[in-house]
Amino acid sequence: MVAAKVDRTPVGAHYGLKGWLMQRVTAVIMVVFTLVLIGLLISSGDVNFASWKALFRNTAFRVLTLLFLFSLYLHAFVGARDIIMDYVKPAGLKLMLQMGVIVFLVACTIWSVSILWS
Amino acid sequence: MSTAKAIVKKPRPKYYDLNLMNLPLAGLVSIFHRITGIILFLFFIPAALYITQSSLSSEFNFQHWKSIFAHPIVKLIIIGFIWAYVHHFCAGIRYLVMDMHIAMEKNKARISAQVVLIAGIVITAFIGWKIW
Repeated sequence: MVAAKVDRTPVGAHYGLKGWLMQRVTAVIMVVFTLVLIGLLISSGDVNFASWKALFRNTAFRVLTLLFLFSLYLHAFVGARDIIMDYVKPAGLKLMLQMGVIVFLVACTIWSVSILWS
Repeated sequence: MSTAKAIVKKPRPKYYDLNLMNLPLAGLVSIFHRITGIILFLFFIPAALYITQSSLSSEFNFQHWKSIFAHPIVKLIIIGFIWAYVHHFCAGIRYLVMDMHIAMEKNKARISAQVVLIAGIVITAFIGWKIW
């Protein structure tokens, strides 16, 4: 009998590597966006409605903002998962909280797109 | 092997030291990293999305939010959020640097933890002074 090769790694050095890497990559993207945003804030003078609107009409800014927000949501997902895994013991509650986090972040993703492209 | 199952675990006394002031500095950076992460997740994300959407919807709403942000108590809350963001940011960079095996020794890690805690407060104070 040939055993089906299933990639099941409940423990070990590689468990969680993807989440760990995701956390770092998204962090770096957010650092860059934050610095760009600070630069924009310093270079622009007084913000009024017209300039605020114009900023969000700029496609590059929209794309960069959406990239930041996607990174933020993935980062938040990994972070929330880590915290829930550390402090919540009962399996049912843990599952419920993780589902709640996912639903919240998916909703935020849809909301973000609708804000940026409405 | 089979006898191991029969051993009844004696309840051990637990001593949780929940006083944050007794944590080593790196521990303080770590727990604040978690707490600020939760704050940013629960409050900052929905608030930032809502305010951005509302302020873009009309000139009236934009002025409305501008007047809300001019309020001193709101400014204090904003400064609190800025500290959460700045601390999370600085502590995160400390981890990124340590991922590259830089400053891993106990002494250096302690200094970098100190730098993060102080930088969080100093940068927040500077931004707070700017927006006041």
